[in-house]
Amino acid sequence: MIKLENVSKVYPDGTEAVNSVNLEIKEGELCVLLGPSGCGKTTTMKMINRLIPITEGKIYIDGTDNQELDENELRRDIGYAIQEIGLFPHMTVAENIATVPKLKGWSKSEARNRADELLELMGMDPSEHLDKYPVELSGGQRQRVGVARSLGANPPIMLMDEPFGAIDPITRDNLQDEFLKIQEEIQKTIVFVTHDINEAIKMGTKIALLKVGELVQYSSPAELLARPKNQFVRDFVGTDRTLKSMRLMRAKDAMKPSPKTVRLDSEVSVIQKKMKENEVDYLIVTDGSNRFRGWIRAQDLEGDVGSVDEVLSKDVGSVSRETALSDALSVMLEEDVANIPVLGKDNKLEGILTFNDLQEVIGETYTEEGGGRQVGS
Amino acid sequence: MKGKRIMSSILIIIMVGLAIYYTLYGSQGWYDPASGRDLLLRTWEHIKLVGIAEFLAITVGITAGLLITRSGLKFLASPVTGIANVGLAIPPLALVAGVSPFFGIGFRPGIIALFIYSLLPVLRNATVGIEDIDQSVIESAKGMGMSKLQIFKKIELPLALPVIVSGIRYSTILCVGTAAIAALINAGGLGQIIMRGQSVNFVSLMMQGALLTAGLAVTLDWLLSEVEEKLTPEGLKLGKESE
Ligand SMILES: Nc1ncnc2c1ncn2[C@@H]1O[C@H](COP(=O)(O)OP(=O)(O)OP(=O)(O)O)[C@@H](O)[C@H]1O
Ligand SMILES: [Mg+2]
Repeated sequence: MIKLENVSKVYPDGTEAVNSVNLEIKEGELCVLLGPSGCGKTTTMKMINRLIPITEGKIYIDGTDNQELDENELRRDIGYAIQEIGLFPHMTVAENIATVPKLKGWSKSEARNRADELLELMGMDPSEHLDKYPVELSGGQRQRVGVARSLGANPPIMLMDEPFGAIDPITRDNLQDEFLKIQEEIQKTIVFVTHDINEAIKMGTKIALLKVGELVQYSSPAELLARPKNQFVRDFVGTDRTLKSMRLMRAKDAMKPSPKTVRLDSEVSVIQKKMKENEVDYLIVTDGSNRFRGWIRAQDLEGDVGSVDEVLSKDVGSVSRETALSDALSVMLEEDVANIPVLGKDNKLEGILTFNDLQEVIGETYTEEGGGRQVGS
Repeated sequence: MKGKRIMSSILIIIMVGLAIYYTLYGSQGWYDPASGRDLLLRTWEHIKLVGIAEFLAITVGITAGLLITRSGLKFLASPVTGIANVGLAIPPLALVAGVSPFFGIGFRPGIIALFIYSLLPVLRNATVGIEDIDQSVIESAKGMGMSKLQIFKKIELPLALPVIVSGIRYSTILCVGTAAIAALINAGGLGQIIMRGQSVNFVSLMMQGALLTAGLAVTLDWLLSEVEEKLTPEGLKLGKESE
């Protein structure tokens, strides 16, 4: 856990970079420091591992004032990754990753194994890359090695300053996804600096929005989008908040669980009866183990129908629980449907997402905002 | 590197060969060329001049050059490299001539002049070698909890080493040439033979001195580029290839 208490920084030249910031980052959370250039994100971050001396206030790490710790020891227990990466050009990938383990006195083989493991985690083949030098890697690979190196001695806390900043958008997107997956596994407490609102929304458990050294809003990404505290936040978040919140929310947040279904082996008359009862003209068809098989429409049951399987609409879109609502909407538009099944493992039916649900969920976030200026925390 | 080896060997063979030729067949009327013994003696003197001056220049230059990159003395770094660069613009002849009013003539004043001149490239490159290291490399080393000493030994020094050695190489070659001029103040070395030849306008003598001076410079240049190659970290060599 990291706690900033009335933290301020005044540089020797008089620049007030950070002004009385209070922030609490819980274990396993990824806190994004967000804000325009020069707002003090890097300064705030570097005071945590004391690369920049604090002017006023206190920073606690797991309850201990960081000024009371030996600065090198402190830094060895905090992973550190920066945009410029700063790999050591005269050392191999393995040696780079083993930097902190070596400082901590691990044996050679332990350090090597750790490097192996971390490359694997970052999706790079260890046998191919461990003995390469940084110049022999692509930009994306260097970035990965940089992150791997910061995880070297398995620190509980990580500081990352625009770690994916210097790479092309597609690679960045991949790296973000991969890192989120890794983070789910490793559950580090992370301070993550970016000036990119989309990255912040995607990565953050919490977002701390800064403006010229002041903390303006500290809340979850959804909160930030739904209830911007003031005009500055609104402007920073941008006019496409709807789209952003749709990117943020998942199918599971908007779907209706256990929709009405019929079994594949049902009689046509039974299905028609069920449609009438529920006042709908379509139903989801599942098999014996609740797997999604397709849709059945009332019009397809008119006339002489042999088996349900023959008239089933099978090739329709579906989404998973974790699909972003924006992507779910794309599928709806593409398939020209207003309802879409939400499927889990082995096509198990988890729920149904309707166009109305989508509208409602997004609408809701804004009615809350309209409900007053009160700010949740 | 292979090309350099071949070129250097060929050049050395040609120059030493020619010097031997002048020693054996360079007589002309009244005049005889320098004897083999005389040449060896002067060459040895020359090597001593260069060796002592370089030893001092390297010791002082690297120590001072590295010291002014440390955090407390950093403010000195750019003025000092500036002065070194300006100093190198002074012609060696002027420096050699300028030393004698203060220190007299002979071997010692020769060493002093050579030392001052050789110091500059060594000092400059030691400072620049450290200053030119990518700041993000240092920053990440610091951020990972390396101590100042560890950063110096494991990061800064290995990365600056090629630049430092190339400064030494440049300085040494410069020193070989300047040492020949130091004969003006009677410092000894191959320059004495060249001067003698010049005073009586005798080509063989001048050629003997000039060829051996050049041969010495090429030899040292070659040896030191081998050292430079050896001390350049693998990861940096690869970088140069891909550029
Ligand atoms: N060493 C320094 N001396 C004086 N002022 C500084 C120093 N470092 C940063 N500043 C100033 O402090 C303020 C905050 O800088 P900081 O680097 O923390 O911003 P940032 O939010 O990380 O910006 P960016 O997104 O551009 O990286 C800026 O006004 C900057 O000019
Ligand atoms: Mg910054």
